Amino acid sequence: MTTQFPVTNDGADGTPGPAPVDTSKPLLEIRDLEISFATGGGQVRAVRGMDLTVYPGQSVAIVGESGSGKSTTAAAIIDLLPGTGKVTGGSIRFEGRELVGASRAEKEALRGRAIGLVPQDPMSNLNPVWRIGTQVEEALKANGFKGSRTELRARVAEVLAEAGLPDSARRARQYPHEFSGGMRQRALIGIGLASRPQLLIADEPTSALDVTVQRQILDHLGDMTRDLGTALLFITHDLGLAAERAEHLLVMFKGKVVESGPARAILADPQHPYTKRLVKSAPSLASRRIQSAHVHGEESAEVLAHHVDETPVVAGPAVVVEAKNLTKVFSIRGSRPGSSTDFTAVDDVSFTLGRGRTLAIVGESGSGKSTAANMVLGLLEPTSGTVEFDGVDVASLNTKDAFAFRRRVQPVFQNPYGSLDPMFSIFRSIEEPLKLHGVGNRSEREARVRELLDLVSLPQSAMRRFPNELSGGQRQRIAIARALALKPEVVVLDEAVSALDVLVQAQVLELLGDLQSELGLSYLFITHDLAVVRQIADDVVVMQHGKVVEQASTDEVFDTPREQYTRDLLAAIPGAGLVGDEIAG
Amino acid sequence: MLWYLGRRLLQVIPVFLGATLLLYALVFLRPGDPVAALGGERGLPEAVAEQIRADYNLDKPFFVQYLLFLRGVVTLDFGVDFRGREVSEVIANAFPVTIQLALMALIIEAVFGVGFGLIAGMRKGKLFDATALVVSLLFIAVPTFVVGFVMQIVIGVNLGWLPVTVGRDPDVISLLMPALVLAAVSFAYVLRLTRTSVVENLSADYVRTARARGLSRSQVTGRHVLRNSLIPVVTFLGADIGALMSGAIITEGIFNINGVGGTLYDAIIRGESITVVSLTTVLVMVYIGANLLVDLLYAALDPRIRYA
Repeated sequence: MTTQFPVTNDGADGTPGPAPVDTSKPLLEIRDLEISFATGGGQVRAVRGMDLTVYPGQSVAIVGESGSGKSTTAAAIIDLLPGTGKVTGGSIRFEGRELVGASRAEKEALRGRAIGLVPQDPMSNLNPVWRIGTQVEEALKANGFKGSRTELRARVAEVLAEAGLPDSARRARQYPHEFSGGMRQRALIGIGLASRPQLLIADEPTSALDVTVQRQILDHLGDMTRDLGTALLFITHDLGLAAERAEHLLVMFKGKVVESGPARAILADPQHPYTKRLVKSAPSLASRRIQSAHVHGEESAEVLAHHVDETPVVAGPAVVVEAKNLTKVFSIRGSRPGSSTDFTAVDDVSFTLGRGRTLAIVGESGSGKSTAANMVLGLLEPTSGTVEFDGVDVASLNTKDAFAFRRRVQPVFQNPYGSLDPMFSIFRSIEEPLKLHGVGNRSEREARVRELLDLVSLPQSAMRRFPNELSGGQRQRIAIARALALKPEVVVLDEAVSALDVLVQAQVLELLGDLQSELGLSYLFITHDLAVVRQIADDVVVMQHGKVVEQASTDEVFDTPREQYTRDLLAAIPGAGLVGDEIAG
Repeated sequence: MLWYLGRRLLQVIPVFLGATLLLYALVFLRPGDPVAALGGERGLPEAVAEQIRADYNLDKPFFVQYLLFLRGVVTLDFGVDFRGREVSEVIANAFPVTIQLALMALIIEAVFGVGFGLIAGMRKGKLFDATALVVSLLFIAVPTFVVGFVMQIVIGVNLGWLPVTVGRDPDVISLLMPALVLAAVSFAYVLRLTRTSVVENLSADYVRTARARGLSRSQVTGRHVLRNSLIPVVTFLGADIGALMSGAIITEGIFNINGVGGTLYDAIIRGESITVVSLTTVLVMVYIGANLLVDLLYAALDPRIRYA
């Protein structure tokens, strides 16, 4: 990938860019910051005694899981705390001036001009009803741009071009929905830096983007801030990413800074127990736990293969699901009546899932991985090609057999908030598939629900509760319990851990590994995250634009990737470079 | 865009046919003989009744009658009612005042509903918001005729600011009070819809991001909150045009206005089936037109919607 800006330095030594800045005085100084949110149950202290110093041109990262107070701190700096949030103590000084208690006009003057923001989700942070250019324009005008309309237009195009959008004058006239996620984030970076602020706050700037796009955007952001001498406050949940992108690191946990220091030092030698756990389970850094999960899979496969040998099945025992030349074509309505274009979402894809093994399908958004999964689940009919389950073509099943087939293949979806009915108690959610398939009587079903809750390590008392009372990780456990209710042979996990915090993700992955060896399950694991693949999968299928790019065992893919695209994906794992130097060593 | 417009206009045909057939069936297949009713208690001589039936095509099968009616609609010749008046003339007399009344009500509810809704949304939980919510709830809960009578007494009789009823040739001033009454309920809905929409948009990510790039509160409100909040409101207002036209029946009754409502009510009572069907058909067309307009306005407000 090419960027239009010369890279001045490696940046790791903290050399600021060409802008002449006094690096001895802190640009931003936060002391004993306290932030509370008023809730029905009283004050909730989101940030407790936070200290933070950013020097001009420096890059600092705050790392923590959701709810740790990292984004709240960032919002407090520009006084845009959501809802009932309030700074209840401490001080925030910018260039020596106190911001806590400053007037609205003072803060408004600072925003955009002195402190820029790159928000988290490019999809929701641009107003959908205004052109991109208009939104850049208003940022320039609000921050004292003086000039004619033509000059303004030219500057807008310049801002977008700087952010790495080619053909920027034309792009400026487009609306956000005509941009891809990566392009929108570039526009937002352009807006954030448009008025040349001294400090740029990047709040999870790429967590909503594909990994390869993420890397490009972060490279570009790094280059731009370095060239302009802008200090960067980088907020992320990903320790690997933070270590790779920032010189100084702060780890936040439950509203407190638990560790602070040079990024590489923290990574190599974490002091606080929380940081230790974080370093250990960061998927981008983990290379040790993989082996155990891998071995688990192997063992269960062997155990099962052995078991199958005793009671021979007609079909080949080792293969549960075989997809042959799967193709799915969607027809998209054109701009004129009768004109429709065909979009091939999945193009001639074949793979086999071995019994008791885990097959990961990896790809970026739009690669067709979820479409392939839906065809395996029988939720979507392939345009051509077949899905064979134990050697039987699923499409040939009649209604009754197809219903029975559903018992053997169960899904777990990405969003545990969306896949559980909020009106159903946990008991009812898990019981529903049993009831639907007429399994047992009421007391038998209740016993089974209790057993399932034990299986996913949740207390049995949880069954009387409702989804909104549980955390994301707990809900995902419920979703897994529900998937296992009918004793399926295959579980399709569609981005099942992507929405979870790192530590929770590690726990759920561990649970999945244990369940696999206990129950001899076969997993079809759909993910965009190669780091997770390494922890759980035996075999990998890499997909791009609906086609299979590479297909091999996990070790082969990671150690000797054959295709350029796979190499790009691997290189895009944040912190991948750090694993070699610091962790594995 | 032209393709879209063409397709939408083509869609009008089945809607029109379906609606008129249903209307026609409801009015003409109902029990009771309108011709017999003409005779009152004494009844008509059989020969006269036969003559009337033949004159109004009432002796023909239902579908033939319907087709003849359709031909009339297409040629804008709706026929004559039992009293010998041209139905098209009846329509031409009834609609102007109702259209004027409905448009006035629409403007009132749009301006005040959106205005107050915006302020209430911006000051969520404050006194203005609470008052606006209670008042709008009152407007929704209290029947139109009560609002009408109260206003007549207070504004018309006690204060004497506006005429109590509307005369033969209504002007804007005399229609103001009926328009206010007609707008009352919809005003309450518009206010609440705008308020909810504003509250939602105020906490949207792009509003926060706009503030973060240095825009002041008022700039953000004008550019980002208001326009986005108007999208659902416009949908409501468009659909409301039809409701205002037909909803004027009660209001027109209270204020003694000879509009669509009065004429329609009169025709129903008298069993003038042809007038009822014709008036309602025109209302259906107004409804369809208003909805088309809304869809086009929608695209103007929200660039994500591009009709193809």
